Amino acid sequence: MSTEIEKEKTTEKWPTDQGYLYIREDYCKGCGYCIEFCPQEVLEESEGFNEKGYHPPEPTAIDKCVNCGFCSIICPDFAIWDEKEGSNE
Amino acid sequence: MTTELKQKEEVKPELTSAEHPATKYLREERLPHIWCSGCGLGSAVTSLTNAYEKLEIPIDDIGVVSGIGCTGRAAGYFETDSYHTTHGRAIPFATGLKLSNPEMNVTVFSGDGDLFAIGGNHFIHAARRNVDMTVICVNNYNFGMTGGQFGPTTPQGATATTSPYGNYEDPFNLPDLAASAGAIYVARWTSVHARRIQQAMEEALSKRGFSFVEILSPCPTGYGRKNDLGEGIDELKSYQDRTVIKHGSDPGDAEIERDPEAEIVVGKFVEDDRPTYCDVADDYLQGQ
Ligand SMILES: Cc1ncc(C[n+]2csc(CCOP(=O)(O)OP(=O)(O)O)c2C)c(N)n1
Ligand code: SF4
Ligand code: SF4
Ligand code: SF4
Ligand SMILES: [Mg+2]
Repeated sequence: MSTEIEKEKTTEKWPTDQGYLYIREDYCKGCGYCIEFCPQEVLEESEGFNEKGYHPPEPTAIDKCVNCGFCSIICPDFAIWDEKEGSNE
Repeated sequence: MTTELKQKEEVKPELTSAEHPATKYLREERLPHIWCSGCGLGSAVTSLTNAYEKLEIPIDDIGVVSGIGCTGRAAGYFETDSYHTTHGRAIPFATGLKLSNPEMNVTVFSGDGDLFAIGGNHFIHAARRNVDMTVICVNNYNFGMTGGQFGPTTPQGATATTSPYGNYEDPFNLPDLAASAGAIYVARWTSVHARRIQQAMEEALSKRGFSFVEILSPCPTGYGRKNDLGEGIDELKSYQDRTVIKHGSDPGDAEIERDPEAEIVVGKFVEDDRPTYCDVADDYLQGQ
């Protein structure tokens, strides 16, 4: 009998070459940092809006993601991050 | 073209309830945070949680202390021991925390106004005494929370709510101030140097003594838009162009000018060792 409320599944998990890229759209405030500073140009601004009215990033070249983790550290809103397969980061 | 399209169709995301790794150290129930779009504070928080993780500091041994301001809100988001003190008093609070709990890894995370206007006196004395703590100042050149007034780090000539004709005061150069007051570790980076910030935090947290890391960070709402820096992203791009890394250089040469093209010196200015406040006190009192 668990009293823990099941968390909403709001995060997109994209498979990459070496692991995964995660995007939690509802946290995104559309600053564009992940898009601008991804060294591999994996991301673009999406056309859709999130509930705050921002355009979250969308991976348009997910095959180029090298799981460098830069989006994860530069995103001010904890809305995008990566995970290398075999690490528990 | 067709293969490209095909690839796009093939890779589809799965929906999960995974959370950003920084949230391991944060009170998730308080997220999303209140900071503006493009505000540099959130990524400074991630650099810090990454540093804690890399150094494997147990969460129960961490104390995060802030004063008041947008930056000051950070303490409220940490799920470590954390204290959101009154305005300007983060350092004296952190000093007490360290003295009563010498094993604790004490981090002060606060703003330019909090640490250097109302709290300036505490800063210089904690540095002089070499109290073992890491002070992180997110310098956004203004009092962001209260509506963008000028403060002790606002560059000369900059526009603020309270300097509509331009600020005519001479600002503090924080690395120089910290070094002169006795800090044993002094570094400055900007929000675009997210990894370097993390590295600097790791070094600062590992040092025994008073360490200081300044992060030049966008506040598009209070400062950027009024001062030709545009949105957060424009400010970060300008830091890529404007900054010059000069490790070990004289912090006296690290002044910041308002001109959005003027050079800004970043890097590690000081890395030194001397007995901490607690070391000296123990030695002295043992001799009594
Ligand atoms: C004793 C006292 N005086 C003044 C204030 C108003 N006040 C709140 S935040 C702030 C300045 C914060 O500036 P800074 O530390 O740079 O934080 P920022 O919001 O820019 O991150 C001031 C003056 C206060 N809360 N308490
Ligand atoms: S992990 Fe690196 S390569 Fe992958 S999307 Fe993020 S920044 Fe780009
Ligand atoms: S960096 Fe974060 S908040 Fe900014 S656009 Fe990317 S996901 Fe959104
Ligand atoms: S006012 Fe400035 S410092 Fe405060 S949250 Fe907004 S951008 Fe950040
Ligand atoms: Mg400020």
